Amino acid sequence: MPLRSDLAIIKEWITPGSRVLDLGCGNGALLRLLRDERQVEGYGLEISPRNIVSCLQSGVNVIQLDLDKGLDDFDDQAFDYVIMTQTLQAVHFPDHLLHEVLRVGKQGIVTFPNFAYWKNRIQIGLQGKMPVSRALPSQWYETHNIHLCTIKDFQQLCRQRNIRIQEKVILDYAHRASAPITFLPNLLVQIAIYRCQRQES
Amino acid sequence: MPKSIPADSVGLVTPQTEHFDEPIELVCGQTLPCFDLVYETYGKLNARRDNALLFCHALSGDHHAAGYHSMEDRKPGWWDNYIGPGKAFDTNRYFVVCPNNLGGCKGSTGPNTINPETGKFYGPDFPLFTVKDWVSSQKRLMDSIGINQWAAVVGGSLGGMQVIQWAIDYPDQLRHALIIAAAPRLSAQNIGFNEVARQAILSDPEFHGGHYYEYNVVPRRGLMLARMLGHITYLSDDAMRAQFGRDLQTGRLSYDFDVQFQVESYLRYQGSSFVERFDANTYLLMTKALDYFDPAADFENGLPEALNQTQARFLVISFTSDWRFAPARSTEIVKALTDAQRQVSYAEVESSEGHDAFLLPNSYYTDVLNAYMAGV
Repeated sequence: MPLRSDLAIIKEWITPGSRVLDLGCGNGALLRLLRDERQVEGYGLEISPRNIVSCLQSGVNVIQLDLDKGLDDFDDQAFDYVIMTQTLQAVHFPDHLLHEVLRVGKQGIVTFPNFAYWKNRIQIGLQGKMPVSRALPSQWYETHNIHLCTIKDFQQLCRQRNIRIQEKVILDYAHRASAPITFLPNLLVQIAIYRCQRQES
Repeated sequence: MPKSIPADSVGLVTPQTEHFDEPIELVCGQTLPCFDLVYETYGKLNARRDNALLFCHALSGDHHAAGYHSMEDRKPGWWDNYIGPGKAFDTNRYFVVCPNNLGGCKGSTGPNTINPETGKFYGPDFPLFTVKDWVSSQKRLMDSIGINQWAAVVGGSLGGMQVIQWAIDYPDQLRHALIIAAAPRLSAQNIGFNEVARQAILSDPEFHGGHYYEYNVVPRRGLMLARMLGHITYLSDDAMRAQFGRDLQTGRLSYDFDVQFQVESYLRYQGSSFVERFDANTYLLMTKALDYFDPAADFENGLPEALNQTQARFLVISFTSDWRFAPARSTEIVKALTDAQRQVSYAEVESSEGHDAFLLPNSYYTDVLNAYMAGV
């Protein structure tokens, strides 16, 4: 299976040998990549039994847990990175979880599908239907994505909550970081990847 | 009775006995001059002597974890659902060792065996042992069989507590630790249930201060009550509702104290059949071993500190409807392990079967064990 490009980008950001917590780690692909190529230690948190079994099969440490119940079992700054790939939009309290990410992690890495992507706008604006796409594959009635947001929304939340964005990568429909999207990111970007940190007060 | 042995069974098995002449000093300060451990093994030990799995049994368990002793056996060993050729603990790959714990009543030295120093039953004079003592006696067995390192130590409930103790006391002697439906220490409620069970036994007139063997009686009512109480804590409200509801044994209320509800009949049956196979003194001691288990106590109540030196990879499993050792008790173990930066995975298995779920078939539980064991 070709490596998801967002995972490849995250890998480049991770310092070898660091401690990582992956929220909503899915089948453990990112942790496996980081273990094999960045020698990281850490855990994935997952709620789905099928994903738990996949993680165990690939020897990834996985803890079955409902992210909506928070990260109370983890101490402040216990991990170098807390990562959330395509998870933020699927939890009940994204703002609270983002706070928890930066409490438990020295840095947070967050990716999400940009809801303001032009193809989504066409589906809503012209066809009058909830978007279904590669980044948002499910129908509205079965999707886990209950808190979709846009690049603008996310950056606004970061400003409001004193979260400093240290690095950002935006990818178009082909998951490339092409030149045009830097001019109109909220329109042209399908997936955004942020590395952020709590602003020192 | 099995008409024929199923293909995925370890088949007919025979217990073995190992005698240990070296005295064993127990945590309570007393010493046993010598002792026997009865155990069963399934599968073959490989040439490197490192494919062995140790199974630690729970309160009322014993060395008979899988297979049958004879074609007349009504049921196979207690963990036969998961131990056997092609099963989660695959006896084609692993050499399984399961001892009857020291102080047990199924052949290992315990209250119902003869004290060589007096020629009489140990009875109530059998010293109060702890989980730590069990682990050190199991280590002796490991050495005498000639196992270099356990591939994994595995246990449910009180057995899971022995797994924790193994990882702490002999960090380099096991590669994996599977802790199932366990707790890092008992709660006040857990101890409360144990105390009621003990009082039921101790107040039985046929207990005779624990010397009942000499009177040719057993404290039948006390042990039966203890088991009936224990059994309620092994089941969930839902499981009891589904199995018995308020169904009547006799069809109508009889306005007396005979068995009327099916749940009463079931508990009485469980209690009285337990009396036939278990020793009251052992039950008292086992519940005490449960109450005393608290590995964090040696580390100023810090469980992460207790687990800090462990080297094994851990798999912790709990069951949603288990209220004896609820999932929250397992996550205490998981939290301590992540705080101590140990390798740990955790699965919370959906089940309506209560504490007993760890013994019963369950597809997710099976998938979790299979997936994890593939990497052991």
